[in-house]
Amino acid sequence: MNESLNESKDLAAEKLEDLEQSVEDNATEEKTMDEMMEEFEAMESAMDRDAAMAAASTVPVAKKRRNLARGNAISGLIFVSPFIIGFLLFLLYPLQLSLRMCFCKVDAIPGAGLRLTWNNYDNFNKIFRVEPEFLQYLVEEMKRMALFVPGILVFSFFMAILLNQEFKGRTIVRAVYFLPVILASGVFVGLENNNALLSSIKDATKADSSLSSITTTLEKILLTGETGNKFFQYIIDIVGQVYDIAMASGIQIIIFLSGLQTIPPSMFEAAKIEGCTSWESFWKITFPLIGSMILVNVIYTLVDFFTRTDSNLMGLFDRTLLQRFEYGKVAAMSWVYFLIIAAILGIVMLIFSRRVYYYD
Amino acid sequence: MTNVEKQTFWERNRKSGGYLLRKKVRAFLFRFARAILIIGLCFLILQPLINKLSITLRSEADLYDTTVITIPRHFSIESYRFAFMIMGVKKAMKTSFFLAIGVALSQVLSCTLIGYGFARFKFPFKRLLFGCVILTIIVPPTTLITPLYLYVQRFDIFGIFKLIFGKPLNLYGSWVPYILMCLTGTGYKSGLYIYLLRQHFRNEPKELEEAAYVDGCGKLRTFFQILLPGAVPIMVSVGLFAFVWQWTDKIYSRVFFPSTKWALISDQLNNIAASVEGYYRAIYGEAAKPPQAFSNQITAAGTLITLAPLLVIYVLAQKNFVESISQSGIKA
Repeated sequence: MNESLNESKDLAAEKLEDLEQSVEDNATEEKTMDEMMEEFEAMESAMDRDAAMAAASTVPVAKKRRNLARGNAISGLIFVSPFIIGFLLFLLYPLQLSLRMCFCKVDAIPGAGLRLTWNNYDNFNKIFRVEPEFLQYLVEEMKRMALFVPGILVFSFFMAILLNQEFKGRTIVRAVYFLPVILASGVFVGLENNNALLSSIKDATKADSSLSSITTTLEKILLTGETGNKFFQYIIDIVGQVYDIAMASGIQIIIFLSGLQTIPPSMFEAAKIEGCTSWESFWKITFPLIGSMILVNVIYTLVDFFTRTDSNLMGLFDRTLLQRFEYGKVAAMSWVYFLIIAAILGIVMLIFSRRVYYYD
Repeated sequence: MTNVEKQTFWERNRKSGGYLLRKKVRAFLFRFARAILIIGLCFLILQPLINKLSITLRSEADLYDTTVITIPRHFSIESYRFAFMIMGVKKAMKTSFFLAIGVALSQVLSCTLIGYGFARFKFPFKRLLFGCVILTIIVPPTTLITPLYLYVQRFDIFGIFKLIFGKPLNLYGSWVPYILMCLTGTGYKSGLYIYLLRQHFRNEPKELEEAAYVDGCGKLRTFFQILLPGAVPIMVSVGLFAFVWQWTDKIYSRVFFPSTKWALISDQLNNIAASVEGYYRAIYGEAAKPPQAFSNQITAAGTLITLAPLLVIYVLAQKNFVESISQSGIKA
């Protein structure tokens, strides 16, 4: 059993690697640094060669190249070494323990930690067949993702473009839009939810708005039409969640804005002189050049969405862990959840990394 | 030239065949729509804060007065005083502040190095290692909490400590493992910072480093003298994120720090409703319960107190990390 699990884990890791590879491949279409250096070395040696060394120089060049590659690898490993040490020291053991807990009945023994007894796939059996909430929450979460993630991305891209324009009080407005980075983090999130007074006010305002307002009337008109019902429903859902979307898109706006600011203004000037309208220069210049930022943001948004602490699923995990003490079940649930996230991220990366253009 | 200046707007408009007017109107409409959108969304984000501020500044009588909507009739800062007392703000803030500073600095240091390593060098097992980084980003925190908690209490590196001391080390309640994790790029959200910094270094032009290498600059010196200055804005942002997320974190820190010894501000805020209840019970007897509105007011005050230092730091750093984030190496 353990082996099959390891296999599946390996498979997942391989998938991730493949994805990474495809990303890398894309990036290395231009000459990589090593190649450039090698070329340079070759040129240098060619210059050296003019004298009597000519005959003997081929061997040292090959050696030099190998040394260079090795030197690069060593310095790369040195730069990355903290992570290797940290991963081995701090994360490997907890990861394997939690993976083992998926397949075990876990009892807490006071003073001596945990006792794991093998019980095959009982945990998985339980979470899929017995636990009523897990599958339901999982599906809900996926649905919410399909609604939120594109909404957040479009909203933050749009806001970044607006905030990149010149207008009075831009600094203040920017500061306000990045506030959610602080406001939507950690403790502040949970507090609102268990605040009875606030939530009752929220309910009251909700009930009020459904009576008669321009938006509800508009909603009714749009939804009674025959065509595009689903599309309108989607837009209306997003507009209804605009507060949550704004609260979740602080960092995305920062990332997009920094991307927008790296585009040299001379490009837009050149395009304008050639007769490009701003609509065209948006699609032909801004959009391709911000591609790598879109990838970063898609990944960030997905990860942030899935690991946020106030989702129903996280609540279920917490309840199972802290109130019912079913460690094995929690481990199984969170690994299933994790594999699903990994699969979604993998697919998204595969789709996007092919299209991303790196500007050098 | 003088002729042009003397013409009125309408004359110029007539000469252009109405184009000038249309252009002006269109520009005005665009600015107007943009202003409405921006101000509206600003209000959306600020409204909860304004609401909290208004609630906390009321005296107790105003809390139950339905005619008071935003501006209190009787101003009072009693709620802040109470929240200060019940949260033990002074001590908690000091602890949280030093912890968050330590975490932010060590995260920035380690993640910059690691991010650069992943961005620019080729080495064996690179993809596997980067896969591990991605893994640390997407593993839900709940997966790791229990094992980490156990591990910290019986810390051991391949049985070495057991050989020396006879038993594994109990590092629970010590800051050492937490800071070590941050220093090795495996702390809270470290993977994300590594990813951000890697993406930044990948976008830097390679010509910079090549020029440095050609001039005989070593790898370390190239990194510190050529690439680091350009990375300062993104490092400031990462440091800010690390500080903020450590300050407000209520889950991950609990694995390492028992709340009795380390009173963190996030923990204090998280438990504020319970503290208020406990306070009421201690004074008015077992059956007493604080009124809902009062407990909400104290929670709001506590939130604003916890938020205040972050806002100060944010305002100070904001300009640096947004305005100058654009400076890319090749222009400098």
